[in-house]
Order: sequence, then C-alpha cells, then structure tokens
Amino acid sequence: MVTSEASGEVLYRESFRIAGNDYEHGGDVATRVKSILKELGIDSALVRRLSIANFEAEMNIVMYAEEATLDLIVARDEVRVTITDRGPGIPDIEQAMQEGYSTATAEMRARGFGAGMGLPNIRRNADRFEIESVPGTGTTLRYAVRLG
Amino acid sequence: MTPKRATDAAGLRLSEIRDLLDCEVICGEHRLDLVVTECFAADLMSDVLAFSKPHVLLITGLSGIQSVHTADVAELAGILFVHHKHPSQQVLDLARERNLPVLSTPHHMFDACAALAAKGLRSGSKG
Repeated sequence: MVTSEASGEVLYRESFRIAGNDYEHGGDVATRVKSILKELGIDSALVRRLSIANFEAEMNIVMYAEEATLDLIVARDEVRVTITDRGPGIPDIEQAMQEGYSTATAEMRARGFGAGMGLPNIRRNADRFEIESVPGTGTTLRYAVRLG
Repeated sequence: MTPKRATDAAGLRLSEIRDLLDCEVICGEHRLDLVVTECFAADLMSDVLAFSKPHVLLITGLSGIQSVHTADVAELAGILFVHHKHPSQQVLDLARERNLPVLSTPHHMFDACAALAAKGLRSGSKG
C-alpha cells in the first residue's frame, strides 16, 4: 500500500482544482504543472511522462467527474501526484484499466478523447500507480515518477 | 526542446512543409526554420499521448484546444491541421503562449501524409 506521505525532502507543493465538464479549460492544469516542473529543472523526459499522465487524468475529470483536486508534491527523490475527485466512481476498475474499454459519449470522442486509453496511459507513464474508487462517491488516483 | 537548424541534412523545414502542402501559417512564423524528421497523424489525442515520440510533427483534423494541450504536454514539434481546419482564437492564443508552430493545409490527412512520406519523413510512433 503506497502511502500519501512524502518520502524525501519536499521541494515544492501545490494543489489545483479541476472542474468537471469544463472542456474549455481541460488541459490548463497539466500545462501549468508542466511549466512548474520545467522551472524546477526536472529532466525533460520525466516532465513529458508526468505531463502526459496529468493531462489524461485531467481530461478524465472533465469528462466524467463533477470536480477534483490535483495535489502535486515534488520531493527530492520523486514527483508525486494525487487526484481526488467527486463523481460517479468506477464500478469495475480492472475493466476500466483495459486499453480500449470506454464509456465515452459522442462529444468526448469528437474532442479526441474517450478511446479507452486514459488510465492505461497514466499507468504506462508512472513508476508507481494506485487507484481506488467508491461508486457513487468518487475516485482517487495516486501516481509518481522517480527522479534521478 | 532544442530546435534543429536549417542546415540539418535529414527532414524538412516547416517552411518547406508550408510550400509543399500549400499551408497557411496560423502562428509560429518565427519557427519556420525548425526541421522535422518524423510525423504522427491522428485525431484521437489519447493515441498521440500513448504512442507518439517527442519532437515529431502532429498531423490532425482535431482543431480544438485539446490538440494544443496534447502537442504541448507530449513535447511535439508543432501542429499541422488538415482539410482547411482552422483553430479558434482561444486555441491560437494557447499555441502562441506555448510557442507552438501551427500550420493548416487544404489537403486531406492521407494526401498530406503521403506527400510528406514521399519527401522522406518517417513515422513518429514509438513502436
């Protein structure tokens, strides 16, 4: 069980709000976090992995949840992201983690998402990945990328 | 991303792509000297996020704001919209803010890809 406590000295910490159904701003948080990570001097390849994961997670919130908080912790040994949302939750996590499995609407697909790649993309880009969900309440994602 | 200079032997400069595909330069006029050697063509942004390599040219018909966010987070070289697709002002503002060159061609995706491949550009997918 991965804890949410920081390991190693925390260099930076910030929280961001993501609004559900706000397609106009979907991606703003991921872009902002990318800028922060670059300013902190984190390796470009690691920034890319985290940014892809963050963007996928953010679009999942926009598409499926009511709202969420993204907590960013940059520690000396890793960058850790926790996203806690209020929304419908995921009844079958194992099914949701399958590439290509999707419950997307036509609007989501018209925007280039909803192909069932979101959660697998996040896991693919993380060194640690954890997901828990309560149907009818919401979902929490925790993932991290190791530094150095 | 460190842009390749015009003297690089492989690939095409964005200015050459502009001329080859009859493009309108939407933004990033100052970056037309950038050389691209690989392209990734898709309308599904999750496919781009999953399978594209960094620094490739994104070819897409999706002109919404998520295409710019996708190109930005995936560290892509720029965006080529096909079939006369033209982004909104909001999308254009974000592309400028992120220093992303954006072009628009009247050609359809297959024709654009075929023309670029004929000039030696390769697939920008990871595998």
